[in-house]
Amino acid sequence: MSTVATPAPAPAQVPGQLGEAQLARRETLGQLFRSKTFLVGASMVLFWVFWALAGSRLTPHDPLSQSPDILAGLSKHHWFGTDQLGRDVLSRVLAGSSDTLQVAPLATLLGIAGGTTVGLVTGYFLGIVDETISRVVDAVLALPLIVIAVTALVALGSSKVTLIVVIGVVFTPIVSRTVRAAVLGERELEYVQAARLRGERAPYVMFVEILPNVMGPIIVEATVRLGYAIFAVAGLTFLGFGVQPPSPDWSLQIADNYQLLNAGTYEWTVLFPGLAIASLIVGVNLVADGLQQVLDR
Amino acid sequence: MSQALAQPAAVEAANALELRDLDVVYRVRGRDRQVLRGITLSVGRGEAYGLVGESGCGKSTAALAIVQYLPRNGRVRNGQILIDDRDVLSLSRGQLLRLRADAVSMVYQNPSTALNPSLRIGRQAAEVFTVRGVARGEALERARQALELVQIADPGSVMQRYPHQLSGGMQQRVIIAMALAKDPSLLILDEPTTGLDATVEAEVLDLVAGLQAKLHTSVLFISHNLGVIAKMCDRVGVLYAGRLVEEGAVERVLHDPRHPYTVGLLRCIPRGGVRKDHGRLDTIPGFLPNLSETVVPGCVFAARCGLAQEICHTEEPPLHELGGGHVSRCHFHEQAQSLPREMAADLALPAVDRAGQALLQFDDLGKVFHQHGHQINALVGVSAAIWPGETLGLVGESGSGKTTLARTLLGIVGPTSGAVRLDGTALAPRLGKRSKEEVRAIQIVFQNPDSALNRRHSVRRILRRALKKLAALTGSAAETRMLDLMSSVRLAERYVSAKPGQLSGGLKQRLAIARAFAGDPKLVLCDEPTSALDVSVQAAILNLLVELQAQSRVSYLFISHDLGVVRYVSDRIAVLYLGRLMELGAAEVVFAGPHHPYTEALLSAVPTIDGGGRERIKLAGEIPSASNPPSGCVFHTRCHRKVGEICELEEPPLVEVEPGHLMRCHIPLEELRRLQLGPKEAASA
Repeated sequence: MSTVATPAPAPAQVPGQLGEAQLARRETLGQLFRSKTFLVGASMVLFWVFWALAGSRLTPHDPLSQSPDILAGLSKHHWFGTDQLGRDVLSRVLAGSSDTLQVAPLATLLGIAGGTTVGLVTGYFLGIVDETISRVVDAVLALPLIVIAVTALVALGSSKVTLIVVIGVVFTPIVSRTVRAAVLGERELEYVQAARLRGERAPYVMFVEILPNVMGPIIVEATVRLGYAIFAVAGLTFLGFGVQPPSPDWSLQIADNYQLLNAGTYEWTVLFPGLAIASLIVGVNLVADGLQQVLDR
Repeated sequence: MSQALAQPAAVEAANALELRDLDVVYRVRGRDRQVLRGITLSVGRGEAYGLVGESGCGKSTAALAIVQYLPRNGRVRNGQILIDDRDVLSLSRGQLLRLRADAVSMVYQNPSTALNPSLRIGRQAAEVFTVRGVARGEALERARQALELVQIADPGSVMQRYPHQLSGGMQQRVIIAMALAKDPSLLILDEPTTGLDATVEAEVLDLVAGLQAKLHTSVLFISHNLGVIAKMCDRVGVLYAGRLVEEGAVERVLHDPRHPYTVGLLRCIPRGGVRKDHGRLDTIPGFLPNLSETVVPGCVFAARCGLAQEICHTEEPPLHELGGGHVSRCHFHEQAQSLPREMAADLALPAVDRAGQALLQFDDLGKVFHQHGHQINALVGVSAAIWPGETLGLVGESGSGKTTLARTLLGIVGPTSGAVRLDGTALAPRLGKRSKEEVRAIQIVFQNPDSALNRRHSVRRILRRALKKLAALTGSAAETRMLDLMSSVRLAERYVSAKPGQLSGGLKQRLAIARAFAGDPKLVLCDEPTSALDVSVQAAILNLLVELQAQSRVSYLFISHDLGVVRYVSDRIAVLYLGRLMELGAAEVVFAGPHHPYTEALLSAVPTIDGGGRERIKLAGEIPSASNPPSGCVFHTRCHRKVGEICELEEPPLVEVEPGHLMRCHIPLEELRRLQLGPKEAASA
């Protein structure tokens, strides 16, 4: 905020000053950075992105190395204690974001790309194309996500790539709904007619004319979806269909240790990975809220 | 006008509204922008005061400030607002609510958003009374009376309906009824008829004028339309860039304007039967100044004023008292009317040769839409032709099929029957089947440049793409041609990388015109191209269109509800009603008469600045539904010249009543001439 512009008055400008676009963009960014929601969310997400990139290089212990010191409580040496194999929980929590943060964004990207395409096609053509595709979308949406995902992962075998593809495909119809709604509003505007009146083909009209005008809702949808993607990765991993051991992934840690809770103790082995998942999802959702407030004006 | 004379300045009471030295600012990006500066005006009891000016002058801001409805970033920085001698600015929240409930009513431009779509009319109208503590049953009864007051024929059934079941004119009546129901000491009308058809507008204005005379309501009437102001108001204030530049009795100001801005505004309007071939329209050069905090010394209008001298740039003119309450904020108010004319040289428009091949011909064009099992006959047997270099004006109320005709010619919708021929060869009904040549030949300029231009694309991208698709130009050839195009529509070169959002309304429309002309079209459809623009901008755009026609011999199909504009640009005029051609003829002939009774009614509905002796012909009711058109002559349900049963039983044919003049009416031409002669001498002069 310290960018105090030169106080010299701008040269007498005609209406429609050329700086207006940059100003507007800067204003949007400014609003974003003044939004506490966005700032808090972004710092939470960035924290985990940092650790995903740093990985085991910066953690106090090697997250995979075992020690005889099993299930030790919180101590100066192991802030978050150790697990059944004597691994340092703090190090595992810090390193545990890496797989989720690879799978979830890529899956989201895939879902957004697919959903945008389907949404543009259904919203632009309407009629029989829309009817057919929309019914398929309805059918897919009627099935519980987890059922489709588990079935597909069992059939295809779990790997990061299948995980990405499965979540991306499941997201496609959901995203397509949002995009379709936005396209319906845009296609009635006369610039779309003007494009057709100079002989533009449908793909050009959809992707070059309409798409840039519906980016706002798509960006918001992408952040919302990212939250759900993290959620989905965590859920599937917990069930054993997602990220595979020996990754220090948070859900894997919970899956490995949750039975210890039966004894009513050793709660740190589950609590800290759980908090980590929660903080990442909350962070992403805060970013989504912040973006929504600024972009959906 | 006349109603004011009945009560010459009721002196016993204070003014209904007084603004004293009012300053209003909006805070934008951390800076205050001054929207109103030192506005002082008063609306007397029972008086109708008009506030005119172009968009961005601060008219609506004034209205919002009066009732303290300014947006969050706006505030009154200085001055006083008195309603009934009560200082609005010092009222508490509760008192302000009472004031709005009891003393002030507002009617806005768009009636459909002013009514709650999910509540029945009766409930909404009764609310005016229930908020003041009237019991529900009585409130409903009083709502009913209020609706009767605005001449709603069947208030009982209207009260049972939802807003979307009423037409725009009907909605606006309901709102006016609600506004007047509480007998306000001040009624603020902010462009109340701008979105309505001329015929409906005339009806609503008549209604308001009648009620105002009857109830002695004080009215603040905000409009950009000088004709409407002339019709409705006793006194008028002209607002420019947040300053009141001229004020006085309506007659004085409009016929003897003493501020160059008022003079300019009046000259921009095509009126008195001016046509493109003998005179071009005046424009006001330049743009509205930027409203920034730094107040420039001198007159606000100096930068655009042809009379400006040294002193105008250094010293703000005081309000000169010209007698009779007429004041002008101009150093040279005596010379205001000698303002140099700002217009381009006359053009030699090539004569239209109607002996040769017509450029576009459509025969017996019909279009039926199917909606919820109903058949809607949007076009019924419409035939006409457009010759090269000619402008065919298309007029009619909304719902008469103007836009459907345009869309059918363009191939956006295919006709149900009939055919369109371009240069003698039949055109494919749908756009997708037309050849590149044919697509190139027919282009359109839309009404609203905001939605007609992709807001994410730059000027260069918009024009280059049009050149690529329509003229097959790429690379440096396209760049050169693009700059040519821009200069021919007078869009400065520095805008090439601007996006539409950075251009003013007039510049956007210039860009849209440039895009339409990218492929040297033979016919350009203009669908209300100036109705979203201010009058001074409208004049410039009309001049541009005429200029382009002179250069390239392009033909226009010009759709507009503004008959003055249509008359200015058109060589011939077609009048549509319920999808049928009612009259077609040379512009002078159609305007001078004798004309079809429908045309006659349309013409009489237009509020003119000159007043004129033309008697208003009231069209009964609204345009009937196209899914169930009346039998016989479709216009008989509203026709004031209906001759009898024949009109209800037999549809009159479209016959050539005199050379080149077609009409669909049972009344013979000579009879029409006799009937229509009389109060119209002013119009034909």
